[in-house]
Amino acid sequence: MAFKYSSVTKKIIMALAGLFLISFLIVHLSINLLLLFDGSGDSFNIAAHFMATNPVIQVMQLVLFGGFILHILVGIILQTQNWLARPTRYKVEGFSHTSFFSKFMIHTGAVILAFLVIHLFDFFFKAKFGELHEVMIDDTLMEDMGVLVIEKFKDFPYVLMYVVWLLFLGFHLDHAFHSALQSLGLNHSKYTPLAFGLSRALAILIAGGFILIPVVIYITQ
Amino acid sequence: MNHWSSKGEDPVAFDHDCREGICGACSMYINGHPHGPDKAVTTCQLHMRKFKDGETIVIEPWRARPFPVLKDLIVDRTAFDKIIQAGGYISVNTGGIPDANAIPVPKVNADLSMDAAACIGCGACVAACKNASAMLFVSAKVSQFALLPQGRAEAAERVQAMVAEMDKQGFGNCTNTGACEAECPKEISISNIARMNREFLSARVCAPKIKEQTGGGI
Ligand code: HEM
Ligand code: SF4
Ligand code: FES
Repeated sequence: MAFKYSSVTKKIIMALAGLFLISFLIVHLSINLLLLFDGSGDSFNIAAHFMATNPVIQVMQLVLFGGFILHILVGIILQTQNWLARPTRYKVEGFSHTSFFSKFMIHTGAVILAFLVIHLFDFFFKAKFGELHEVMIDDTLMEDMGVLVIEKFKDFPYVLMYVVWLLFLGFHLDHAFHSALQSLGLNHSKYTPLAFGLSRALAILIAGGFILIPVVIYITQ
Repeated sequence: MNHWSSKGEDPVAFDHDCREGICGACSMYINGHPHGPDKAVTTCQLHMRKFKDGETIVIEPWRARPFPVLKDLIVDRTAFDKIIQAGGYISVNTGGIPDANAIPVPKVNADLSMDAAACIGCGACVAACKNASAMLFVSAKVSQFALLPQGRAEAAERVQAMVAEMDKQGFGNCTNTGACEAECPKEISISNIARMNREFLSARVCAPKIKEQTGGGI
């Protein structure tokens, strides 16, 4: 089905979905960081409870799933076409000056996807369908997500797994923001150099911010 | 090469024509670079002094599905001609000689258009790209017209037709990697690809829909 859309249309879909996913990561990270700033876990639990119950967020959750599926499907289609476009490889592979991580978007994407499934089972499905310990905060009974997270990250292999996963997310993001702007036709000497810097900054801040959480929990617990 | 000829065998076939870097025929992938290690030159303009004495030089043809190898180092680049035929031109009615400079063109646009028009259709961008994408070539051809008033008239149809033909020929999709720009002998900028995407998006979203084709005339 998606084959009938032109290459440029697919790139535009990819970019819009990718930018949306970046905005989701920023919201997700802001909430997670509450765990570090409020050791009791109450602020995090309140935020998590809000995200799980607010009707607007519930709708956005569906949009988010759609965004992920679109990004992944179109990404796989684009990459398959790219592989098919070069059936014979070079004996001496090129090493032209390029945006390094742009060459590995499908690979970093695949790693993100694999761990995303594990991650959903770890937290999201547990919160949605699992029997979680509950706490009473401000007269409201809510799932104690904070404890769930802290318990998970007492385990070293778990922490290591998350750190590796998030590094790959960082690699993906390094070629994400500026590339999306270029796909959307936004290239200008005024802001394109800034977009490259911003892309790297987002990669470091988002991946670094997420990595901080399991690491700090492991060290302090 | 003399070695093969003296044994009565065919020498290695390779393509060339102008030998001054303007025709784009001399497509060869040398030591991992289209047109060899030197920057902004074609193979015919590449000097042997760019290589070390006794160095092993690996020469390969362009590798891309839309560029089938005809013989040894010669590839068929008809796919590019097909893309040009799909829209890489402007339609002009014959008649009296128009006044030069009758239509004002901003200097920046004239310069950007000339830069894009420097593309010689060599295919190094496709050869260099990990996706064998032709977007640098197509975007240069789209841009050189889109930037000028004479090209605006057909801009919306042109970009859609050329992108459609590019896809039909089986080129890959751009990942904004930038290898094309680094290897292009004419240093065509990937900002042209952004312009093509812009043109395409605005053609799809804003251009008036053509309901019926009017025969003849304009
Ligand atoms: C939260 C996670 C993710 C974010 C924020 C994200 C973001 C982005 C962005 C902004 C781009 C650039 C789009 C463009 O060049 O126009 C991109 C490209 C790409 N992403 Fe993701 N992505 C994520 C997850 C994934 C996953 C799970 C996959 C799995 C297959 C994936 C596969 C790709 C591929 C293959 C490309 C390159 C597409 C191309 O050739 O243009 N991404 N991503
Ligand atoms: S854009 Fe550059 S590399 Fe590509 S065909 Fe034109 S001159 Fe050759
Ligand atoms: S032979 Fe014409 S560009 Fe090299």
